[in-house]
Amino acid sequence: MTTPDWSTPRVSPVPLRPREVSLRERALDRTSPLRQLDWILLLAVAALIAVGGLLVWSATRQREISLGLDPQAFLKKHIINAVIGLFLGTAAALVDYRALRAYAPIVYVASCVGLLAVLSPLGSTINGAHSWIILPAGFQIQPSEFAKLAVVVGMAMLLGEKRDGESKPRHSDILSVLGLCLIPMILVMRQPDFGTTMVFIFVILGVLAVAEAPARWIAGLLLAGVVLGVGVAPHVLKDYQLARFKVVANPADKELAKGVGFNVNQALIANGSGGLWGKGLFNGSQTQGRFIPEQQTDFVFTVAGEELGLVGGGGIILVLGLVLWRGLRIATEATDPFGRLVAAGVVSWFGFQSFVNIGMTLGIMPVTGLPLPFVSYGGSAMFANLMAVGLLQNVRMRSREL
Amino acid sequence: MSDRSALRIVVLRVLVVSILLTLLGRLGYLQVAEGDHFRKSAFANRVREIITPAARGQILDDRGLPLVSNRTDLVVSVTRSIVRSQKNKGADVLQRLARVVGIPADQIALLITPCGEKIKKGPPAVIARSPNCWNGSPLQPVPIKSYRADDPAQVRPVLAIEEHAEDFPGISAQYAAVREYPQGSLAAHVLGYLGPLSKEEAAQAKYKGRPSGSVIGRSGVEAVYDDQLRGVNGVQRLQVDLNSTVTANLGTVSPIAGDNLVMSIDVGVQKAAEDALAAGMAAARKRFDKNRGKSFPAPKGTAIVVDVTNGQVVAMASNPSYDPSLFVPRITTHNYDVLTHTPGDPLINNATQGLFSPGSTFKIVSTAAAVAAGKSINGFYPCPPSLKVGNRVFHNFEGEGGGPSIDFRTTLIKSCDTVYYRLAYDEWLHDGGTVNRTDAREVFPKMARHWGFGTPTGVDLPDERRGLITDRGYKVRYWKANKGPGPEGKGINYCQGAKTRPKGSYLQQLDQEFCTDGYRYNAGDAALFAIGQGDVLVTPLQLTMAYAALANGGTVLEPRLSKGLLSADGKSYSVQKPVIKGKLPVSPGVLDYIRSALTGVPQPGGTAQSAFAGFPLGQVPIAGKTGTADVLGKAPTSWFASFAPANKPRYAVLAMVTEAGTGGTTAAPIVRRIYDAMYGFRGHKPLLGPGGVLPSGLPVVRPDGNIGPPGTRVPRPPKLRPEIESTPSGQTQALGQLWLDSRRSGMAQ
Repeated sequence: MTTPDWSTPRVSPVPLRPREVSLRERALDRTSPLRQLDWILLLAVAALIAVGGLLVWSATRQREISLGLDPQAFLKKHIINAVIGLFLGTAAALVDYRALRAYAPIVYVASCVGLLAVLSPLGSTINGAHSWIILPAGFQIQPSEFAKLAVVVGMAMLLGEKRDGESKPRHSDILSVLGLCLIPMILVMRQPDFGTTMVFIFVILGVLAVAEAPARWIAGLLLAGVVLGVGVAPHVLKDYQLARFKVVANPADKELAKGVGFNVNQALIANGSGGLWGKGLFNGSQTQGRFIPEQQTDFVFTVAGEELGLVGGGGIILVLGLVLWRGLRIATEATDPFGRLVAAGVVSWFGFQSFVNIGMTLGIMPVTGLPLPFVSYGGSAMFANLMAVGLLQNVRMRSREL
Repeated sequence: MSDRSALRIVVLRVLVVSILLTLLGRLGYLQVAEGDHFRKSAFANRVREIITPAARGQILDDRGLPLVSNRTDLVVSVTRSIVRSQKNKGADVLQRLARVVGIPADQIALLITPCGEKIKKGPPAVIARSPNCWNGSPLQPVPIKSYRADDPAQVRPVLAIEEHAEDFPGISAQYAAVREYPQGSLAAHVLGYLGPLSKEEAAQAKYKGRPSGSVIGRSGVEAVYDDQLRGVNGVQRLQVDLNSTVTANLGTVSPIAGDNLVMSIDVGVQKAAEDALAAGMAAARKRFDKNRGKSFPAPKGTAIVVDVTNGQVVAMASNPSYDPSLFVPRITTHNYDVLTHTPGDPLINNATQGLFSPGSTFKIVSTAAAVAAGKSINGFYPCPPSLKVGNRVFHNFEGEGGGPSIDFRTTLIKSCDTVYYRLAYDEWLHDGGTVNRTDAREVFPKMARHWGFGTPTGVDLPDERRGLITDRGYKVRYWKANKGPGPEGKGINYCQGAKTRPKGSYLQQLDQEFCTDGYRYNAGDAALFAIGQGDVLVTPLQLTMAYAALANGGTVLEPRLSKGLLSADGKSYSVQKPVIKGKLPVSPGVLDYIRSALTGVPQPGGTAQSAFAGFPLGQVPIAGKTGTADVLGKAPTSWFASFAPANKPRYAVLAMVTEAGTGGTTAAPIVRRIYDAMYGFRGHKPLLGPGGVLPSGLPVVRPDGNIGPPGTRVPRPPKLRPEIESTPSGQTQALGQLWLDSRRSGMAQ
């Protein structure tokens, strides 16, 4: 860690004269944004995107071949998504804090409108999830991914406002935060997207915790969540959603194994048959035989489990862990509450989503439509994830400036 | 940042670490600890095996004439996975197929539906469990209908399927081998038939490696030699994806044709035996039975010819019979019902599965037993018209008397019962009478067992019956098991009947007697035993083997229908060696005496004299014994057991017809006809070769695949034409085509 050296006065004994500074010098200057970036985080994310590209390619090539299409089509789109995401992330990293606060309400409202649009006749269903808006020219957008970002920034704004001599949020602050989150949560629940709703709940819990909300609030929210899950969910959830929970509870149930459990069983077979070193990229019989539906998105981890084995799959888990660890480090080092809460929110989001996504392919979590951050194929998720990484970098750079 | 916020971030760090460890631990557990299980599942997912059936071996007679061969049929098959991948789930394809084969499309759809699959056609969901469902692999082509390949009129419409293959995706018309019976129903009981293996049976250990739906031998030698006949199936391993589309061929193992079974059955002698039996039974049905006031029913019969030197069965006829081609390719429920409800049970082989009292043919055993009990073979014994044994009077057959004192020779020729009653009664007294002495020697039952009665002969046919030889021990065991309900409730419970049946009725009295005294071995039991009546039950084959043992000098042989096995190319073979079951504890002198005495039976003055009138006994001396076994309420069973030539015995010949009168009138003429045919009398061309024997050795397989009789020279292979491709590789080719078809349709999805 480099801390500014305050021992010597920064005032030069000779009058300062503007000097021509080369681009290289500026780039390597201690105060330059490049020096302030968290390169470990960036490299980890880049590695995940790269491995994700290979896995998406492996998962889709056979189908593309059988349809007589380009076997690398999904790989190419994955790369394009990453490049676009890189620009969006850079913008999120460089945008001024104050501007961010100005934009946050706009992002929030825009994503709520997007979620409303999904429920309107504009929305369409892809692979059983009614969470898409089809745009002209073959583009699709999934507003719920951007809503995650909006909720993180919105909460950080509401709870991160400095008050004199006060660090703990007041009850009214907490209530207003809950109100803020409730709107997108209800809209997402109506799609219905149970997984994203759960992401919101864990983001709320993470942000509130780091915002020093009283422990009874957090305990109370957890309790409310459990009551909601056990008491209300069976009445609100659709049968297939409940079946996904039942499969995790009874993996041996023959009836379930035919329907919902089919995906889970095939995913388990793929992961389990990989062994230590895997069967080799493009050599997994489960993957190449297309036994796992939605493999390039929600079940992308099974490609790693089968073809890259414990080494590859475990590597992805560790690199994801590195991303989370760097995120928490940024939260620790953040000099203002806003930045810390943004970092905490992003880590909660990524952490929960990674755990549920990988956990469901390993048979310990119910099947939900949550993609694996950076690895799964999907533009909206990639954009939102990289913008979130950009925000983390923004927070870090801001912490270093002062 | 406050301490509290920092603490909360530490909590988040702990959570992150625990999440990572959970995922890593679970992944490691699945991949390392449970890896084998999942690898097996992945293999089962992706690999489908298609069986290429091996050509089943032929069944040949002793000279190489085919008894069962394979016919090439044009079989129309449907590969369901391909048909279902077409438009409307293949409904149009099935409609077109229905027009060609003349089976309604919905019926075809049922035929190709795997057993156990739900048929989704309105509530309630029907599960395909009817006998019409397919119990093989879903990827295996399902045979729908077969056509005789040698009938152009039948074949022509079917060829349209191959000519317009684009209209019939997933449908194939291929040549396949099915069983054919060139000799018709000849030796049907011995040959047996084939049937498909059910799913439940396929799961059993003894059918390991055989897929359900594959045909297996169900009876006769087809069942006993199934392992040798069926060969080794070929297998094609295909890699498939989720939609069962074939993505790769992982290797093909060619089938190995099964061995040919060479039987000891001789088509000529078998035909002669079946014809003689049928003629004899027809004659009996025309004869008037004066005791019952109607003609003899003669419902069942059998005729057996065995080589006494090695136990080889040359002919085994059972009447009534059935047409084995009814079971090709599989028997219909209707036909099976008809067969199982026809009087006389045509599916039962009377030679091995029928139990009958042997009557006087059993006296060779009783004579040997009497000698074993100390009586002299050269002694003289009284033959009164009747004899009081215990409190019952036993009569000679039709009240004849043989004189005050006759020898065993006359006893056997005239078939005097009272001599044997006396001998058995003496033994009974010696063994303690109605009291079961612990040192009872039971000479008669013991001797019967030595001759092979009461135990299976060991013939190479399934479900042979063992017969019944009753002795003192058996009576006690039977009484204990049946006087009450028995240990497992299987007893007849005579004592219950004694209480519940109307008092004084005939059955009530019988039950009462059994309940109180059923364990006693009565004098009557012993007396009837000695003349092959009462509690002596034998299979005709057991009796034939007893006469064979008498003829060959005292060796009880296991009968064999197999002469050997011959590989499909004829290059390797194995020969069936004689199997000795036991030796008679009878001195050669006594056997000699009995053999010599039996030569008098077909001669004037003997019980079979009329049947052998005009037979050149000087040329081929016959030794034999008639038997007329009384059956309660029915006409007696007619027996004649014999061997020839009496001076140098080679063949034992036996005939039996139930409810057909005396042995001399019905059974003996049947045996005489068989001898006529074998030795070439009464206008027959002799079936036996030089020296009065059938050819020995195995037939030969010529290079062109044809089979020649034993001992013929193998001609040099002709070098004019290149060899024509054999059937198995042709089948492989056809499957390769199937694979291509399925691949093509997979691409089109």
